[in-house]
Parts: sequence; C-alpha cells; structure tokens
Amino acid sequence: MTKELHWKSAREIRDAVQSGAVSATQIAQEHLTRIDAVDGRVDAFTQLWRDKALEMAAAVDAKAARGETLGALAGVPVGLKELFCTRHGKTSCASKMLENFESPYDATVVKKLEEADAVFLGKVNMDEFAMGSSTENSAIKTTKNPWNLKCVPGGSSGGSAAAVTAGECALSLGSDTGGSIRQPACLCGCVGIKPTYGRVSRYGLVAFASSLDQVGPLTRTVEDAALTLDVICGKDVMDATSAVLPKTDFMGALTGDISGLRVGLPREYFTDALNPEMREKVECAIDVYRANGAEIVDVSLPCSDYAIAVYYIICTAEASANLARFDGVRYGFRHPDAKTVKDMYALSKSDAFGPEVQRRIMLGTYVLSSGYYDAYYLKAQKVRALIKKDFDAAFEKCDVIASPTSPTASFEFGSKSDNPLEMYLSDIYTISVNLATLPGISVPCGLTDAGLPAGLQLIGRPFEEDTLLRAAHFYEQNRGFDMGRPPVA
Amino acid sequence: MEYEVVIGMEVHVEINSKSKVFCACPTDFHAPPNTNVCPICLGMPGALPVLNRDMVDKSIAVGLALNCTISRWSKMDRKNYFYPDLAKNYQISQYDLPLCHGGRLEIEVDGEDRTIGITRAHIEEDTARNTHTLGGGQSGVDFNRCGLPLLEIVTEPDIRSAKEAYAYLTSLKQILQYLNVSDCNMEEGSLRAEANISIRPKGQVEFGVKTEVKNVASFSGVQKAIEFEIIRHEKVLRSGGVIEQETRGWDAVRGVTVSQRKKESAHDYRYFPEPDLTPIVVDEAWEDRIRKQLPELPGARKSRFETQYDLSAYDAHVLTLSRAVADYYEAVVAAKADPKKAANWVMVELQALLSNDKMEIQECKIQPDALASLLQMIDSAAINGKIAKDVLVEMYASGLAAAVIVEKKGLTQISDESVIEDAVRKILVDSPEQVAQFKAGKEKVLGFFVGQIMKATRGKANPKLVNDILRRELKK
Repeated sequence: MTKELHWKSAREIRDAVQSGAVSATQIAQEHLTRIDAVDGRVDAFTQLWRDKALEMAAAVDAKAARGETLGALAGVPVGLKELFCTRHGKTSCASKMLENFESPYDATVVKKLEEADAVFLGKVNMDEFAMGSSTENSAIKTTKNPWNLKCVPGGSSGGSAAAVTAGECALSLGSDTGGSIRQPACLCGCVGIKPTYGRVSRYGLVAFASSLDQVGPLTRTVEDAALTLDVICGKDVMDATSAVLPKTDFMGALTGDISGLRVGLPREYFTDALNPEMREKVECAIDVYRANGAEIVDVSLPCSDYAIAVYYIICTAEASANLARFDGVRYGFRHPDAKTVKDMYALSKSDAFGPEVQRRIMLGTYVLSSGYYDAYYLKAQKVRALIKKDFDAAFEKCDVIASPTSPTASFEFGSKSDNPLEMYLSDIYTISVNLATLPGISVPCGLTDAGLPAGLQLIGRPFEEDTLLRAAHFYEQNRGFDMGRPPVA
Repeated sequence: MEYEVVIGMEVHVEINSKSKVFCACPTDFHAPPNTNVCPICLGMPGALPVLNRDMVDKSIAVGLALNCTISRWSKMDRKNYFYPDLAKNYQISQYDLPLCHGGRLEIEVDGEDRTIGITRAHIEEDTARNTHTLGGGQSGVDFNRCGLPLLEIVTEPDIRSAKEAYAYLTSLKQILQYLNVSDCNMEEGSLRAEANISIRPKGQVEFGVKTEVKNVASFSGVQKAIEFEIIRHEKVLRSGGVIEQETRGWDAVRGVTVSQRKKESAHDYRYFPEPDLTPIVVDEAWEDRIRKQLPELPGARKSRFETQYDLSAYDAHVLTLSRAVADYYEAVVAAKADPKKAANWVMVELQALLSNDKMEIQECKIQPDALASLLQMIDSAAINGKIAKDVLVEMYASGLAAAVIVEKKGLTQISDESVIEDAVRKILVDSPEQVAQFKAGKEKVLGFFVGQIMKATRGKANPKLVNDILRRELKK
C-alpha cells in the first residue's frame, strides 16, 4: 500500500519533490485537503494560508522547472506556532491582545525555512503567549488530541503537535520554555526536540521567558527532527544569545550505531509521582537500549525537587518584563474606554490578557519587587546554577539521560484547569532541561490502555544534539512497534 | 549655624555612535519623526537587542579618561517602568555592575584644585520623545531617540558649590569632546545634567535631605538652579521647616526651581539581569587597545603647551579648552608660525571673528597653514600688524590666501626709506603748529604725526621706519 502524501515524512516529501516525482503544489494541495477533512475536529490551525501555501509551492516548482537546486525542505508543508513573527498573516500568540497584530518582519527561523523551500500552510494554536500545558489557554480555539478528541493535546505547542500527529503537516515549528515542545509531542505521540539554548535563533519568536525559550521542530520521525534542526540552527547576528558553532550534520548523526552509549536514569525521576503505566512504557523503552548493548547507569539529580519552584520564579519574572510592551500604545489591543494613559494600560491588559497570563505577570512582578528580589529571584538563580551542576555531574557518568516526558498521558479538557499547580506539574520532567539550557527530545514509546501516547524523554549534554538524535533515532527504529495512526485519521 | 553644601551630579551623554545602542538604526538627530526606527527600537514582539560594540569602546574610553576602573565583567539589566516613551516598558541599563567605576576628575575652581570622585559610568538606551502639541488632546511619541546610546556618569557627593558644579560640567564636557565621543549639545539633549543637592550643618557627617534638579538647558542654568536650591534649602531649614525629597525642574524665565515629582511616587524599578544580552567581558587586551587610542587629554595638553611653546598658564588653558582649537593652534605652529604670536592670533583675533558669527573653529575658512603664512608676512615685514588684522578679516570672509589679498589690494608694507621720508617731510611741512608743539617738548604730538603718515600711506608704511625717520626729521 502506498502511503497517502499527507502521511509522508518531511524527508520523503523533500526527496520526492527534489527528484521531481511529485510537485510541491501537489503536496500543498493534498495537505490543504487533509486539513479540510480533519481540522474541523482537531482544531489545530488558527490561520489557514491557502493562497500563500499554493503560491510558495508554485515558487518551489518554478525553481525546479528552472533546473535550480532545491532546498533541504523542498515542498515540505509546515504549520507555524502562532508566536513566530511572520509578515504574512497575523502573529497573535493566541491572545486577544495581538488578535489583529501583523508583524513587520519575519522571524529568523521562518526565513530559514523559506530559504530551504518549505511551504507554509498557516499557523497553529498554542496556549496564550506559550503559558500553559494543555493549549486550553488559547484565546482563539480549543485544539483536540487526535488520539482522543475529549483530551488535550498538551501545550503550549498543542496545535503543532496535533497538526503533525493528525497528518495535517509534516512539520511544525514550536517553542519550548519549560516543556512546550516535548510535552505536547509526548501527549500527541509525535517527536519534539528542544535544542540547547543558543542553538537556534530566537529572533522573531515572541518572548515568554528569554533565558529559557528555544525554538524546535515537531515531526513524526526523528529523522525529520534532525533534518529540520540542520536547517534552522546556527548563529544569528540578530540574537546575541545564539551560539557560534561549527556547521552541523544532524542527519549524518543518525547512524543507527549506539555502541558505547551510556544511558543515565535519574533516580529522582522514577518515583511514585510517576504514573505506573507511563513508568512501564518508559522502562520498556530503556530495555531497548539495554538489549542493544547500551550501558544503563544510575544517576542522581538531587535538586530536581526545586525545579518547578525555580522555574516559576524565573519564567514569570522574565515574562512580567517581556509582556510589559503590550500596552496599547503602538500596536495590539487598546481598550476603547481608556481616557488616560494609566487607564489605557490597566484596561487594555486586564481585558486582553487571559487569566493564566495575568497570573504569571503578577507573580513575576512580585518576585522582582524590592524587598522580595533576594528571597525569590536571586535565590532561584542560585538554585538554577545548582540544577545545572547536577546535570554536569550526571553527564560525567552517562551520555544521555532517559526519563518520561510527562508524568501522565493526556487528560480531559477542564480536568486541571481549576488547579494551576497541578497543571504546572505536567512539566516536572521537562522544566529542568530548560533551566540547565540542555537539549531534550521526546519520542513516542507506546500507547496506554486508554489509547493515549506515552513519551520517552532523552536529555543530552549542551550542544550534543547529534548524540541525542542518534540515541532517539536508534530507539525509534528498534522499538519493535509502530505508533499507528490516531483515530481521527 | 553655618551650612555645608553637598552636591552630586548625574550626567547623561549621548554617545556619537553611527547606530543606536541595540539596533542598526542611524542616530541622526534631525530626521523626521519615527523614520529612524526598526522592530528592535520600537519594541516589536520577538525583536531582540544586540549591543553596539562601538558604544562599549567609547564608554571604556570615557571611563579611562575619568580614571575609572573598567569592569572585567559587567552586564546589562532591565529597569522596569511603564511610560509611553519606553518602547518595551523597560529600559535596558546597567544596575549593580556598571562598565566603569571608581574614577575621579580634577577640576579647578578660582585657582584651587579639587578632585571630584566618579562613582560610575554605565551604558543605557535613551527613551523616545513625547510631544503634547498635536492638539485634540492627543500626544505623539517620536521613537527616533528611542535606543540612542547613552552613557550615564555619576559623581560622588563631592561637589561643594554651584560654581564647582559648573566647573565639573565644563571639564567633563571638555574631556568628552577631546575623546570625540559626543557633541555634548545641551540644547539638543545630547548632554543632560541633573544635580542632587542637599545641605547640612557644618561638621555633621550625615547628609541632609536632597532634592534633584532636572531638565536644565545649559551649564549656567544648572549653576543658577543649584544656587537657587541652596538658598531655598537654607531658608526652609532656618525657619524650622523640612526639605522634602523630590525632583524639581528649572524655570529659566522666572529663575526658580519648581516641584515636579515627590518621593512617594518614586518607582520600584524591579531591576534584573537582561536575559537577551550576554555579559560584557572586557579583557586586558581590549582595555589596552582603547587606552592606546586615547588622545592627549586637556590637562596634559595644557602642561605641554606651557613648556613646549613657552605659553603662560592662562594662554595654554584657553587654547586647550577645546580639542579643535588646540589642534588648530598646533597646526598653525607646525606650519612654522611663531608659537607666541600664533597663540595671540588664534585666541584673540580669530576667536573674535568666530564668536561674532557663533562659529566653531572647525568651520573656519582659514586653514591653519594660511594663518601661519599671514603671521610669517608680519615677521618678514611684508605687511604690518595693523594691515594683517584687516587681511585676516578678508581671509575669514573669502578663504583667500593672505598673499593674494595683499597683492590684490596692494597692501605690501612700504619699507622704502625714501618714500617714507617724502611722506614725513610733507606732513611736517603741512603741520607747523604741531612741529612747534613738539619742539616745545610735547612728545605726545608724535602720535599725531604717525597717524597722519599712516593715513597718507593707507596704513602700509613700516611702523618702525616711520618712527625712526620721523624722529630724525624732527631733530633737524
């Protein structure tokens, strides 16, 4: 049976378009049809750029017709998270605040995808300003998990994960501040990688927490993640925090050889807090490594218990400043009743920011306030350094760290909405990775009895995405089962 | 009770980098509103700052010139407050780890040397400019200024009078101009000075309550505002009142300070390290590179002028007030003019013409070697000093060389004795009365004869010859 075009991987599409077996226009049309068929149920797309997609595809085909070499993502259909700045369409961050905002420029990663001849289908849903773990905080729509439409897709890149999993696009670009790529990838059963902080330019990614944010792809295969990362990574003069590094070949790193690989299991991660079913799936995944000659070692990350507290101090502090610019002065929502400048700020922000965003702005403002700074922000920064040290020590004993991506599989809408703290725990295994500025990837590792995906998280040393991707790819190729397609298909 | 005045200054200087401090926008002051803007300085979503390296170079130069320690490791911070002139609603500045700290500036007040401690100099971005003149209750914001590179220079509370504050500002400006890091134009806001003023009973260690005076358009305005505040503080304290900590503006028309903002409304700026920028790491090599590029600073240059050109302390001081004038002077001397004569002509004759037109020496049409040529014509007796002054005016207006003007107007000095003798004899014959007076012992009348002879020769006669011949003829 030949695979329908919309289930083909980015790599397969790219090869087919490059070889001329299929046109980029055919690919785009097929995916638009697919979106028309399923997105009414999944609700991943917030903006469908039908004309733009066909226009971009036609440009790729014209390039091919002229005999020019096509880019590494030729014809690959992409869904962009709502917080990537694009001159085309809106950049809403799934917020009423930026409902009608049009960015005057393209994010660096958006430019790089375009230069690689990718085709943009539109934008996909997210938690407002990337704050959340279920995409329920979107002001635009409710995105469903393709495996169970009553369940959340995870967040904040929930639209990205849902769209990729439902075969609406081969690739989606997400962002990850505390797990926002890996957790939805886990909950929807796709691959999501958060690169090392500094690996990918943040220019044009609307900031949530600047010292934690990182851009990464969500794909259906590890190979596609490697392919995309090769395209989007690299030093950007527009981002002072992007790192100068040698040219990458992540595709070439997928050798299928894990000889000598040491996989660390942090004892603090395999506790009673972990859902037994998820634990079983992850342990099965680790068995794949063990059975194939990898060394499984016990490691310790003693400061893990503090990660959530540290994270919610640092990310809210940075967010409180990053979101201050949304004031109704130059762009975005301005409350019509405002008569004074002060009212304009207060009314616009109160009306256009959702409850979670307001909660985090207030938390962040509080922890930076005079008299509280030392007790909260400064202490959090110190503990952050200790968390990083924990990882440094662990990486002396192992090459990658394995853990669950999320403590539970997906959950029903509304089940955690009234309890922000419980929602925050969804990211318990992913948050430390951002605090320590490390790369992390989530790879599907089976389905629960309820038919919901589980995810294996692998964490690597700084800027060792090659090792991380090789290990993830090995598991994916040797796990002994296929994730199948979600029921929505 | 006698009071002691305690003043600390904060000066914001716009550094003359080609681009803004965190983006590539030009820094041109005169561009139409909101034309020198980009996503970064407009605080658009997703935009990120990148620190301008030239700004760091120039800030290090200022730090070194002010004898500061340059931090090996410093960082930028976010200063959070809401105001429409602030694109991001936080200003990127430096909080606890400034680039430069612990310096000093030597100043001279009424012939006395004073040392003013420099607490710190730190990098920050300028804000936009709000205008409230649009009408219809609307305000406008011009973001051209937003993100201009600013260096804030803060002193210790070492200043003891309004006069000292003035001297500090003058001397600081002089250094900044020597370094060529700012045009220091107060009217255009590229240099802004704020004074923190308090007074305390003489001998008391604790400081009194301070007031801050802002928005003053000139150094003399700062001096007057401080004078006013000192008197106001004294009056309040002597009458048993208390000084309120507040910010006051200077009303130059009425000559008074006016309360602008009380301390109660002071902000909690919630500073924290700017996560979008990496730390500023200045190693020894970087600091040395800047140190080697430093020009000779005013103090050193003044001393050298005194010794090398044998100038008086006063002349050396005046000539080194601005780097441009000092450079000009040295270029005149280098073109083989007599140093003392050159000093006089640059300071007095040329400066008078420039002042009259409110022009800077850089804009002058007379090139230094042209002035040197003029002075050489005096030395070689080609023209006399009086004529030279007229020639200078011509040169200043037309930019022509002295020789050309002298030639064209026939101003060459008459040193032919027979021509002068003829003129002298004629005057003596025509003025028998004055000759009689002279013979009666009235020496003063000599001036009359010289004047008449000069008139007859249209000022071209060699004055020394006129004198000699006149005395000889009168003795006959």
